[in-house]
Amino acid sequence: MRLLITGGRVIDPASGLDDTLDVLVEEGQILQVGKVRGSAFRVQGKKNKKPTNQEPPTSSVDRVVDATGKIVTPGLIDMHVHLREPGREDEETIASGTAAAARGGFTSICCMPNTEPVNDTASVTEYIREQAQKVGRVHVFPIGCISRAQQGQGLTEIGDLVAAGCVGLSDDGRPVMNAELMRRAMEYATMFDIPLLPHCEELSLSAGGVAHEGRVSTELGLKGIPSTAEAVMVGRDILLSEYTGARLHICHVSTDESIRLIREARARGVRVSGEATPHHLILTDEAVRGFTTNAKMNPPLRSAGHMTALREALIDGTIEVIATDHAPHAHAEKETEFDYAPFGIIGLETALGLILTEFFHSRLLTLPMIVERMATAPARILKLKHKGTLAVGADADITIIDPDRKWTVEEHELRSKSKNSPFIGWKLKGQAVMTIVAGQVVWETP
Amino acid sequence: MTLKRKDLLTIRELEPEEIHQILDTADSMKEIGTREIKKVPALRGKTVINLFYEASTRTRTSFEIAGKWLSADVINIASTVSSMTKGESLLDTGKTLQAMRPDVVIIRHPVPGAPKLLADRLQAAIINAGDGAHEHPTQALLDLFTIRERLGRLEGLRVAIVGDISHSRVARSNIQAMRKTGIEVRVAGPATLLPRYPEQLGVQVTTDLEAAIADADVIMMLRIQRERQGPTLLPSLREYSRLFGLNVERLKKAKEGVLIMHPGPLNRGVEISPEVADGPYSLILDQVTNGLAIRMALLYLLTGGHPAER
Amino acid sequence: MPAEAAMDTRKKAQIMDATAIQRALTRVAHEIVEKNKGTADLVLIGLRSRGVDLARRLSQRLKQIDGVDVPVGALDITLYRDDLGKAGPQPTVRKTEIHFSVDKKKVILVDDVLYTGRTTRAALDGLMDLGRPRVVQLAVLVDRGHRELPIRADYVGKNVPTAKSEQVQVMLQEEDGVDGVVILNNTD
Repeated sequence: MRLLITGGRVIDPASGLDDTLDVLVEEGQILQVGKVRGSAFRVQGKKNKKPTNQEPPTSSVDRVVDATGKIVTPGLIDMHVHLREPGREDEETIASGTAAAARGGFTSICCMPNTEPVNDTASVTEYIREQAQKVGRVHVFPIGCISRAQQGQGLTEIGDLVAAGCVGLSDDGRPVMNAELMRRAMEYATMFDIPLLPHCEELSLSAGGVAHEGRVSTELGLKGIPSTAEAVMVGRDILLSEYTGARLHICHVSTDESIRLIREARARGVRVSGEATPHHLILTDEAVRGFTTNAKMNPPLRSAGHMTALREALIDGTIEVIATDHAPHAHAEKETEFDYAPFGIIGLETALGLILTEFFHSRLLTLPMIVERMATAPARILKLKHKGTLAVGADADITIIDPDRKWTVEEHELRSKSKNSPFIGWKLKGQAVMTIVAGQVVWETP
Repeated sequence: MTLKRKDLLTIRELEPEEIHQILDTADSMKEIGTREIKKVPALRGKTVINLFYEASTRTRTSFEIAGKWLSADVINIASTVSSMTKGESLLDTGKTLQAMRPDVVIIRHPVPGAPKLLADRLQAAIINAGDGAHEHPTQALLDLFTIRERLGRLEGLRVAIVGDISHSRVARSNIQAMRKTGIEVRVAGPATLLPRYPEQLGVQVTTDLEAAIADADVIMMLRIQRERQGPTLLPSLREYSRLFGLNVERLKKAKEGVLIMHPGPLNRGVEISPEVADGPYSLILDQVTNGLAIRMALLYLLTGGHPAER
Repeated sequence: MPAEAAMDTRKKAQIMDATAIQRALTRVAHEIVEKNKGTADLVLIGLRSRGVDLARRLSQRLKQIDGVDVPVGALDITLYRDDLGKAGPQPTVRKTEIHFSVDKKKVILVDDVLYTGRTTRAALDGLMDLGRPRVVQLAVLVDRGHRELPIRADYVGKNVPTAKSEQVQVMLQEEDGVDGVVILNNTD
């Protein structure tokens, strides 16, 4: 199977490409990236810029995709997804979650370990990978637990988890409160050069909280989650990372204070990175008014000041990654009193459109910067080989984006099994029109 | 003239004119309670359901009597949340009740926003009888009514609210109601029980009780809820009483004849001394009596036909 | 409807002026004394709002005739209406203020206009909730006919034949700054 993508603007920050080029794919790999000029195919790349006189590729390919006016990028990577399988297949499955990812332009996703059972042993990791092989539309990279049963007491068999395919460690959703355990997990993880991806939350500060502690929670009488509940833990984990030398990636950063700590640590050379979700970048706690349970997530939507700081950090590179924290929940679970509703929203199918609408079209981020944060950086942080780039020889995971395509987020079009999104009905500009995984087209806009 | 809404969920959503309309209607209703035969036929054939997810004697009884004086059929459903979470959800309970065609559902619930959940989905008029730390609009209305009845006006008065402001729905509703009717509100309490963003509520806060009550026309003491304040918020009730309790000695620092209010039930000797609670300037029992008039007024105003809105 | 007809729809016809109202009330006061053989045990209860003004005026005249202060109360019948909650918003409730017992009293209900009789029915129900009068009589300034209930007035200031499409409006100094009764032709 040979696939030729012609005439698109190819953006690949990893290989310094940003030009109108053609991409030739074969056997699930990038075969060539270059320019069709008459019958000549001019190969581009950092090393090889000499024109070659090959056969015009159009004559020998199985499919030609005309990407004129579109953006061709390395397949997007979402570092933070909850697939719910095993255990809550009513909310999401590996099949439905990866289908949603494909529609959203993601070719690889990392699944958090808080399934039922949790992913704290190689056998669960293997199950997920096998299932993903069988029914997954996109690549699935499991994240393993830091502690057994996410109980925060004893280390998992991290070596086994890595051998089985885990690319990172996290007790997402149940933060590790025991600082000694966190320290040892970091030390242990350095043996495998695997990053820790903590959900930073000091539970004693956030206990009972359901919304950002701020003006809105004050007015609505909701128990608040102070911004310091996150920042205190970010501080601890940065200090431990610095002490142990472990690689640290802070999940869903949401507060000004956390950003200050990360910025300062990075300046000092600490190996820390951070991610931001589209919802924390676009919504504030004002969305909670009316007790809208689809605005309930953890960390909570913060006030405008925190959101502005997060935007600045994303733009200046302090926050390297955009990740969705895609968290499917059954309708009935969200259709309840605010306090009782579970935290989280889905995000795979709206992330790219939201970021293009709110950041690219608002001239806050360029397209290469967006690709860097949604593909290049995740691959780099997770050390995903041959991913996050369109270099010759890389995996043929490609996203073709129409940055000007206008669309509306419609509930009935969502491929995720759960529909808990606050963005339903939003009119967006920009969407993935084709998603290619290992050389195969897994999503195409109808 | 009618309320511009199907439900009464918050004071925040009310226009000042609506507040005055409710108070005026209550003023007319109050006479019914003075009659030998305390019943008028206005709500004959109407069904009112008291749906209480928290223990409450005075509010539930007040709504029940108000409904009965207006000839409505009043049904009480008491439920604890713990038993509910095992069984039917609030929404399912609401839908079941709706199928019985009630005209009004009065709900008290520990979770902020629970009344709105019902209001958005049920045809019946929903009255919030207290939702968590959010609002308790009928309490604020009866408090305004009591102040207006005694002092003849609201505009320009100064009221001090003292106690656990942070967790108090009574404080939240009263602050809104008072601001909308031209009352200057200041609140006082221990630093751990003051809201972190008082400007959002539109009040001045202080930890100095005597400064707060110095030129107040009315002092409203809030109940210290022993069950809600964990050991991290208050060292002891003894110290709370010493710093923030209202007693005769402290009252000397306030204006002569300052009126004393309390939403009840009282913790005598904690936030308020018996001499003050039972003293000549205490409006505490007037508040209870006036609660009936306010609730009659609301039941009446919310059971009108609303051809344009429904 | 044509524009010229529309202009005529609320044309006013005055049927009583200030003098006529004064004379009618004086005559009604005399009839009350005559029928009740004096003013003993009499109380006047006006229906909100103009009935209350008329009751006060009658009380003044009774004092002139008999030298006795006949107490006046105000009854608001809103909560006794038979059309509550049917359609439209709830009508405004005003205060009932009757600072005396009606038990064993001769109660004269006073209203401005007697029409369908429904207001009087509501007033009777309201009155009975307040006690047990010995007798209840009805005094009205204008009886315009079209009764829908078996009710009649004991004292009538003026009988005015009307069409149902018309509206009778009583204006009193106390409420309206002027005394007079007009008919509005409401042909909608």
